[in-house]
Amino acid sequence: MKEMILDYIRKEYLNEEDAEDMQLDENTPLISSGIVDSFSMVSLKRFLEKKYAISIPDDQATPEAFDTVNRILELVRRFQKDS
Amino acid sequence: MSQDFDYERLRREITWDVARRELGIGEGAPINLGHVCVDRNVELGRGDKIALVHENHAGEVRRFTYRDVKRLSNGWAEFLALQGIRNLDRVCVFLERIPELYISFIGVLKIGAVVQPLFSAFGEEAFFQRADDSRAVAVITQHKHLGKVRKIRDRLPELRTVIVVDHDATRRPLHEGEIAFSMMDHGIAEYPVFRTYAESPSVLHYTSGTTGQPKGALHVHSSVFAQYLTSKMVLDLKDDDVYWCTADPGWVTGTSYGIIGPWSLGVTQVVLDAGFSSDRWYETMEKHRVTVWYTAPTAIRMLMKDGIEPVKRRELSSLRHMCSVGEPLNPEGVHWGRAAFGLDFHDTFWQTETGAIVVTNLPGMPVKPGSMGRPFPALVAAVVDPATGEVIEAPGRVGMIAIRPPWPSMMRTYWNNTATYLKKFVNGWYICGDRASLDADGYFWFSGRDDDVINTGGHLVGPFEIESALLEHPAVAESAAIGKPDPINMEVVKAFVALRPGFEPGPDLELDIMNFIRKRLSPLAMPQEIEFLGRLPKTRSGKIMRRMLKAKEMGQEVGDTSTLDED
Repeated sequence: MKEMILDYIRKEYLNEEDAEDMQLDENTPLISSGIVDSFSMVSLKRFLEKKYAISIPDDQATPEAFDTVNRILELVRRFQKDS
Repeated sequence: MSQDFDYERLRREITWDVARRELGIGEGAPINLGHVCVDRNVELGRGDKIALVHENHAGEVRRFTYRDVKRLSNGWAEFLALQGIRNLDRVCVFLERIPELYISFIGVLKIGAVVQPLFSAFGEEAFFQRADDSRAVAVITQHKHLGKVRKIRDRLPELRTVIVVDHDATRRPLHEGEIAFSMMDHGIAEYPVFRTYAESPSVLHYTSGTTGQPKGALHVHSSVFAQYLTSKMVLDLKDDDVYWCTADPGWVTGTSYGIIGPWSLGVTQVVLDAGFSSDRWYETMEKHRVTVWYTAPTAIRMLMKDGIEPVKRRELSSLRHMCSVGEPLNPEGVHWGRAAFGLDFHDTFWQTETGAIVVTNLPGMPVKPGSMGRPFPALVAAVVDPATGEVIEAPGRVGMIAIRPPWPSMMRTYWNNTATYLKKFVNGWYICGDRASLDADGYFWFSGRDDDVINTGGHLVGPFEIESALLEHPAVAESAAIGKPDPINMEVVKAFVALRPGFEPGPDLELDIMNFIRKRLSPLAMPQEIEFLGRLPKTRSGKIMRRMLKAKEMGQEVGDTSTLDED
């Protein structure tokens, strides 16, 4: 799951040069570093919901909850458990 | 304090000439924004004063004095001139909020060229539309955004030079026509600033409308008279202030009040180049002892979501004045500001075309939560009938917000589009395109826009631009975009799409279309919701009825459908 999310972020939110040059890992800040902005979070949330068949309420999709892939994993697992 | 506030006295006493006199610029004398904002401060003895406190997402802080900014912007000016960039050439600045953005902006102005700021999150198509229309000769960018420039470079034959500010030996070589420039290595003490005059073009900001592609509002160097005076009287900036404007200079607030206004007053300003989080924002205010804060209702509503407790945990006693811009500030925002900070948010109204604040709540003026305030005292603003331009004086009657020209920061034209520019004037008034009414005390109350432009997070997005981009997606046959009400962003983009044969609606396709628009235009333009329809409602002449889709979305009466094509 971690690799799939990282790949998706590389493909969709980094340009080609950044994707090759940048060391993106599960602890890289996404929102606070500007890789993913608050508007783009919606498409990332939609990807997670579709991929993992979950529904993340808007009030849980906060910049803090999406700031690293590790935090995203926590969020996804929580909603997988709930469903 | 509010009992002493005398608006009528201000109207009698305040003219734009006050700014001209205070800035020491004689009538008809040369005036260059680069000089006024930077070199003049050094001449006045502020050389060692901090002009810019810059903090990046990792928390690294860099400080630049006015002398630093003078030296580094001189370096930019010399470098740009060596690239053959001349007076009146358009130079795009396509950068994140890094120091190079703020300082190259000044450097471009110093050679008399026209600076064209572009939001760094723009995708390649949004960048292309704006650089193509302006016939820009150069773009200043960074590796993160270079890929987008490369994708459309072949379509921009007049774009001669691509300047990359963060290139080094560890990176792959630049392409032909690209050149590296390391700002910190090229400061020079003195550089002869180009002799521009009051009406010389200075800044070109693109803004979206209902129809057609974005239009370039062209401003001139004397705009500073309005930006200086409003920064002084509305933002209440004083010599010892530490000021934070949260806007990105890709948008007009970030240049008029994130560069020109505060620096023309010699004020220290803070820039945070990091994504939004409420705790980070409060930490920034506490750490840098921010005294004056200019932000947006969307940001205020995002802060409100986290409550007052995070504010109370911080030592924010330095903060003394707060203003808001970008969309109407709802009364709840004002009440929350009072509870959280013990201060009023002062709502301000203006737009790219006006270049500076035109209707506002002034310091000391009683704030009526939800009101836009009153006209800035140096200008005449009214609510008028849009057809006749007649002033509407009856309280509560809605008309269009209108400003009596001229004022220093009004746009001088839309680039390459004088016909549209001229349509903005009726009976001697500039018509803003926003509807409002007056109350018995002369306060303006916003009631809505008069067109289909989408205001999302305080930024205007044109539906036509989104619809055109949607049609470039291989699955899309017909498209319409509207603003859907949103509790945080005021509106978000919702798209209606009819698919080409062979494509089926579904979450995969929805996500693909969302990402397609995000990358081509910008995250702001990305539909947050897509509704698939068999066909879109059209008039008999084939025009998609955006108005009907919006009415249905809002649960309102659909209205006159006599022109609807029922086939």
